[in-house]
Amino acid sequence: MMRVPQFRYLAPKSVGEAAKILRGEVPSAQLFAGGTDLIPNMKRGQQVPKTLVGLRGLHALREVHADGGLSLGAGLSLSSVAGEGRIPLAQRALIMAAGKVATPQIRNMGTLGGNLCLDTRCNYYNQNYEWREAIGFCKKAPDGVAIQEVTHGTCWVAPSSPRCWAVNSSDSAPALIALGAEISLVSADGERRIPLAELYHHDGMAFLSKRPDELLTQVHLPAVDASWRSTYWKLRRRGSFDFPVVSVGAAVSLDAGGVVQAARVVIGAVTSAPVVLDASALVGAPLTDEAIAAFADAAVKPARPLDNTDFHLSWRKRVVREYVAGALRELRGDTADQLGLLARSAARILPLAACS
Amino acid sequence: MTEEIAGDQKVMGRFRVNGDEHHVAYAPHKTLLEVLREDLDLPGTKHGCELGECGACAVLVDGVPTLSCLLLGLEATEREVLTVEGLADDARLHPLQAAFADLGGSQCGYCTPGVLVTAKALLDETPKPTREQIQEALAGNLCRCTGYLQIFEAVEAAAEECAP
Ligand SMILES: Cc1cc2nc3c(=O)[nH]c(=O)nc-3n(C[C@H](O)[C@H](O)[C@H](O)COP(=O)(O)OP(=O)(O)OC[C@H]3O[C@@H](n4cnc5c(N)ncnc54)[C@H](O)[C@@H]3O)c2cc1C
Ligand code: SF4
Ligand code: FES
Ligand code: FES
Repeated sequence: MMRVPQFRYLAPKSVGEAAKILRGEVPSAQLFAGGTDLIPNMKRGQQVPKTLVGLRGLHALREVHADGGLSLGAGLSLSSVAGEGRIPLAQRALIMAAGKVATPQIRNMGTLGGNLCLDTRCNYYNQNYEWREAIGFCKKAPDGVAIQEVTHGTCWVAPSSPRCWAVNSSDSAPALIALGAEISLVSADGERRIPLAELYHHDGMAFLSKRPDELLTQVHLPAVDASWRSTYWKLRRRGSFDFPVVSVGAAVSLDAGGVVQAARVVIGAVTSAPVVLDASALVGAPLTDEAIAAFADAAVKPARPLDNTDFHLSWRKRVVREYVAGALRELRGDTADQLGLLARSAARILPLAACS
Repeated sequence: MTEEIAGDQKVMGRFRVNGDEHHVAYAPHKTLLEVLREDLDLPGTKHGCELGECGACAVLVDGVPTLSCLLLGLEATEREVLTVEGLADDARLHPLQAAFADLGGSQCGYCTPGVLVTAKALLDETPKPTREQIQEALAGNLCRCTGYLQIFEAVEAAAEECAP
């Protein structure tokens, strides 16, 4: 058996209590939601928190409020998010993304907040302790473990790099950023609200801008009119279980003539933060083949995947282009047949029935 | 008030498994899988990868398919747990178990406990599932032996049996 290292477990009964505990105990305490990211990481000694602050008792984090837009509690399971009937069709990218995380059992356990705060991933990091020890721990070594002999230093992906390039592999993050979502962060000082895109840093170790003593409590979807539509495409080796190794969240607002009024396109799972593309070139014109091709070509450069996930790097780069183009073609109305095979596997599950 | 469980000593917990109540001492860093197999003497639930990557350890918690290798025991107390040992009605197999035996849905059997309880949750919610719904519900359960076809057919046969 691979055992979870010992920890002290605290079960606060309110968000305020949880914030107070964090204020007193960070950095040795860590929030614990569904545990589907933390438990495997703890078993492999990647993360060894001394204190877990369990969020299961915080019912407020599982509420959904219609307040113009929609506010989703960070403690909702991904299954509940994927089945949330109040998410409008225009924002189905979130339903698609949540519905494609891992497996049904993991979606029953894993939460929206945990998905947004998921640890970054790397082929040299998501390995057991002995494996990582054998090749020499990289920069993203565990803090709490007694490994004084560890030479924190070499990144096995980019040895000359001053930073870690572990990949942000959250499915819901690129979809929600494309939808223009905001989040609420609560600490002992009070609450602040920021655009979700600002939660992420381009650094595989310090990948969140939120302070460790802040809880993510809510995700806010903006109110949208019927001119908006959205989608989420995910590349993974198998149609279940696997993390994304390239993904695209896209949302556009089209006028009656198909002219783009606004657009947001985000690439996930290529680098340490979701990559928000500059979509201004798409605005003011229809989504013609030429406009889409030019935009997709330009997307490859900022995406810049590194060779630390599944699949060959050069192929992932090619898929970035194909997926950006495919997602935009889907949004302009191309059918599954027109989109071809790549699209059918990328956006396979379209749970439209779940949308209002 | 915040509840606290210290990490370094065994604690007492009340587990409700297959309708029985167990009051046992267990180490609080154990997963439900470890508590079931090591403290409650219920080895029907299998340990495969122990990392969420296979589905062998699936059980139902309050009716919901859950990976017992990723759920802390201390978060499973006072909840309704169903394992494969709870499927049969005394000597009478559950229709899913009978169909799996008849139709080759189980070969080496290692994945079977997790598949059976996950399929039971599907049939409880959707008595007449389509093939696609069965595939989707079992997408988190790996099987190295059957090639899945017999599993899907066995679930369909059991669905017939349960709701003719
Ligand atoms: C086999 C397998 C496959 C997976 N596949 C995917 C996949 O395809 N796509 C994907 O995106 N993920 C995947 N995951 C990862 C994980 O299951 C999900 O990301 C899940 O949503 C994590 O949520 P959780 O509640 O279980 O997080 P936890 O493990 O509880 O927490 C994860 C991190 O978030 C922090 N955290 C949790 N809640 C909050 C909060 N409210 N405020 C602040 N910080 C918080 C925790 O401190 C921790 O650092 C997979 C996991 C496994 C084991
Ligand atoms: S990117 Fe480099 S430093 Fe970061 S986890 Fe991978 S090998 Fe380690
Ligand atoms: S043992 Fe739990 S998923 Fe493999
Ligand atoms: S019957 Fe052998 S793994 Fe499924």
